[in-house]
Formats: sequence, C-alpha cells, structure tokens
Amino acid sequence: MMKFLAMGGYALYVWPSYALTVLAVILNILWARSALRTARQEALRRLAAARPASTMSYEVGT
Amino acid sequence: MAWVWFHRFGSPPHFYRLATRLGPWFGWSALLLCLAGLIGGLVLAPADYQQGDGFRIIYVHAPSAWLSLMVYVVMASSAAVGLIWRMNVAHAVAASCAPIGASFTAVALLTGMLWGRPMWGTYWEWDPRLTSELLLLFLYLGYMGLRNSIDDLGRADRASGLLAIVGVVNVPIIHYSVIWWNSLHQAPSVMKFGRPTMPASMLLPLLAMLAGFTCYFVALLLTRARAEVLRRERSAHWIAAALAAPAGSGTGTGAGSAGEVPA
Amino acid sequence: MSTVQIGFARAAARLMARDLRIALRRSGDSLLPLGFFLVVTTLFPLALDPELSLLRDIAPAALWVGALLSSLLALDLLFRDDGQDGTLEQLALCGQPFAGLLLAKTAVHWLLTGLPLVLVAPLAGIALGAPYGAMPGILAALLLGTVALSLIGAVGAGLTMSLKHNGSLLALLVLPLAVPVLIFGARATALAIAGEDLSAPLYLLGAIVVLAATLVPWALAAAVRIGLE
Repeated sequence: MMKFLAMGGYALYVWPSYALTVLAVILNILWARSALRTARQEALRRLAAARPASTMSYEVGT
Repeated sequence: MAWVWFHRFGSPPHFYRLATRLGPWFGWSALLLCLAGLIGGLVLAPADYQQGDGFRIIYVHAPSAWLSLMVYVVMASSAAVGLIWRMNVAHAVAASCAPIGASFTAVALLTGMLWGRPMWGTYWEWDPRLTSELLLLFLYLGYMGLRNSIDDLGRADRASGLLAIVGVVNVPIIHYSVIWWNSLHQAPSVMKFGRPTMPASMLLPLLAMLAGFTCYFVALLLTRARAEVLRRERSAHWIAAALAAPAGSGTGTGAGSAGEVPA
Repeated sequence: MSTVQIGFARAAARLMARDLRIALRRSGDSLLPLGFFLVVTTLFPLALDPELSLLRDIAPAALWVGALLSSLLALDLLFRDDGQDGTLEQLALCGQPFAGLLLAKTAVHWLLTGLPLVLVAPLAGIALGAPYGAMPGILAALLLGTVALSLIGAVGAGLTMSLKHNGSLLALLVLPLAVPVLIFGARATALAIAGEDLSAPLYLLGAIVVLAATLVPWALAAAVRIGLE
C-alpha cells in the first residue's frame, strides 16, 4: 500500500496531477448542472410571465 | 434521408428530449471506463523502465490534452454548422463546449508541468507544443470573453462562432508541432498512423481513459447544451411539457444523479 | 434609383484615396502608434544598463513586442469611425465585393500604421545596438510581419468593433493568432543581427502573409457583417 502511494518516488508529481484532474471533473459536473438548473428556472419564469392569467396547469414550482 | 435526420436533430424540442435520454448512458459509461482505466493504469500496468511510476501521469494528462483538442474541433464544427444552416441548436452546442474545453486545456497544461518537472527537469519550456497549447487556452478564453461581452445572444453566437472557426488552425499546429519541430515533448505514440508503440498493458488503460473522458465530455455537453437550448427558445409550448416531465431528469453523469429533482 | 456601376478596381482605389485623405487630415491619429513604437523600443535601453552587447540580445524581442503592441493600438482606428457614422454599412450595401473593399481599407491602414514602423525600425534597431549589416534583414522581417499583423488584427477588430472598451478583449483575441508572427519575426531579426542566414523564418513569415491575405478578407467580411447587424 505504501509502495503504491509512494509511486516510486514520484508521488509529489503523480498524486497532485490526479487530484487536479478529479477536481476539474467534479467542478465541471457541478457547473453544468447549475447552468441547467438556472436555465430551467429562467425558462419557467418566462413561461409564467407570458401567461399570467392562465389556469397554471403547468405549475411545477421552481 | 440523412437531411431529415439532420434537421430533426436541429429542432430544439427533439434535441432536448434526445439529450435528456442519452445523457445518463454516457455518464455511466464514462464512470465505468474511467474506473477500468484507473485500475489498469495505476495498479495493473508495470512501471516504465525509464520513468518509473512517474509515467502514470499519462493517464490523466493525455486524456485531458485529447479533450482540449477534440472539444475545440467540436466547438468550431458546430459553430460552422450554426453559421451555415442558422441552427440555434448548433450554436448552443458550440457555446457549451467552451468552458469544458478551457478547463481541460488548463488541466493538460498543469499536469504536463507536473510531469515535465521530474522528467525534463523543468516546469515549462517555450517549445512549440507547450506554447501552442497555451495559445489554445487563450483562444478558449477569448471565445468566452467575446461571447460574454456581446449582449444580443444571436450576435454573440455568430461573432464567437467566427472566432472559433478562425482559431481552428491552431489545432493541427498543436498536434503536428512535435513532428515538425524538435520539441521537448515526445512524439505521438498513440494518435498516429501505423501501430502504436506502447505495450498493451500500458496502452489499454490509456485507451479506456481516453474513451471514458470522451463519454464524460458528451454527457457534460448534453447537459450544458440543454441549458443553452432553453436560453435560446422563445416559443413556450414544448418547454412547458419538457420541463414538467418527471422522468429523465438525469443530468447525464453517473456520479450523484440523485441530486437533481425535476423542477 | 439607378446607379452607375464602376469596376471594383476603381471603387477600391476611390475608397483608399478617401481613407488616406481623411487620415492625413487627422494625422495625429496615425502618428500615435508610431510614437508608441518609438517609446517602447527606447524604453528598453533606458531601463537596462546600456551595455551594448546585452541590448543587441534583446533587440529582436524589443522591436517585435513594440511592433505588436503598437499594431494593437492602431487597430482601434480601423473600423471605429466608419462603423459609427454608417460608412461601413454603405460599403456593405453598395454592390461591390465587400471582402475586397475591406481588404483595401486594411491596406490603407497598414500604409498609415505599419509602413512607418518599418521605415523607423532601422533607427530603433541602431538604438538597440544592431549592426548596420542587419538592417536589410530587419526591414524585410518587419515588412512581412507588420502586414501579417495588420491582416490578422483586422479580423479581431471586426469581431469587436461594436463593443465599448474592447481594448483588452481585442488583445486577447488577436494574441493567439499573432504569436507565430512574433516568433518567426523575432527569430529572423535575431539571425539578421547575428549576421546569419535568415531565409527560413522569412519564408515562413511570407507564407503566413500569403495565407492571411487569402483567408482574412472572407473572415473580415463575415465579422464586419455580424458587427453591423
């Protein structure tokens, strides 16, 4: 196990690289999902504003 | 017949539904492929006789670099499609590519620096491959900057699309720079004609990571593209139905899809 | 309403003459980039201990960074006034090839901002310690380089022309495409100063100019049309 972590002496370079990549992967997922969430809310808001007097059968909350 | 398919794909409601359905498939595939690649690369593959265990950085550096180039080509191609056929969905796809491409260009540069320090003795050299990859990052940033600074979305699409197309000349320069010039960076051993020069035990995990990252990109792209399509859509009918649908809210990635509840 | 159709060559010539007349009337605008270039290149010997051998080493860099920065500064002039007063729209609608007319405008722009740079470069070079024998090489490299920078920069100017405070965005957009010019130009200048054969980077610079001259008009026309919407 320790041998694995030590990466033959290159641990200082290998593990930060992996950590950086994992971080980028996760942040991009969060960023994309947040963008979709915002876009959905905006779209629903535009919908609601466009038909203020309707029976709001599409009222799905935000 | 292909044109019918092409134009249906360009229809925003159809694209939105398709993206919602396909996202999770790509997300889970990405997870599986990357897990396989990581196990193969970190545990199973033997240490390199020259670089020892340090070579294992390749399993994150090469896929990131691959993404940085491939995403730009996708961005420029969809921008071209958007400009030629005036297709909003294509512009949405192009806009979605930029943040992803920029992030992984930065990751490729940074992991490259971390790999270069022990192997070449230096974090950075102004050699053709590294310099042109840095320029690629500037191209992405310029694309995003131009987009942000134009208020009208349609105009922003067209101007940044043109920029993306003009900048695509950088991509072959990056790829071939290690062949055309004496570069510090090593010549391609996978993406070249003829058989790859890496042993299978090292190559297979790398291919798995490359495939996994590609699936991950597609999943991310579909999520972002859905957001961008919603921003561009004016007619309300299909939006109401699509957003009220309870199923298929998966944002297209395997990790933690439980978080997303239909709005 | 009928208009007399004239050939493209006559139209382009008239456009260039008009641009030159306007620019010469307001010569301050065109002299600014030149002044900037001279200031930048003389700042280097002032900032460094004017040890001539060290100056000679950095001369290529100083000349080319100065040329690049001054051409970025000059790009503002290209479409600003004509875009604002509607002349560009008229050019787009007048029936002549828009790409050709824009190329003509860019040519005049180079005559006013790039060519003076080339003519002044030997002076700057001498101030930076370059030997007299290097002058032809420096001139040739800067001649090709400024043309390339004007062409490439024009596309950036077209893309950003409707934006306010577009200076830094313009630099960000132009930089990735201008860097090869900088690299080959500085290399050619360094070889010239060292007295060696500089044909290789000069050919590459020439190739860039040819490529730019072929592709830029179409990109420029597309960019300006987008900007005029």
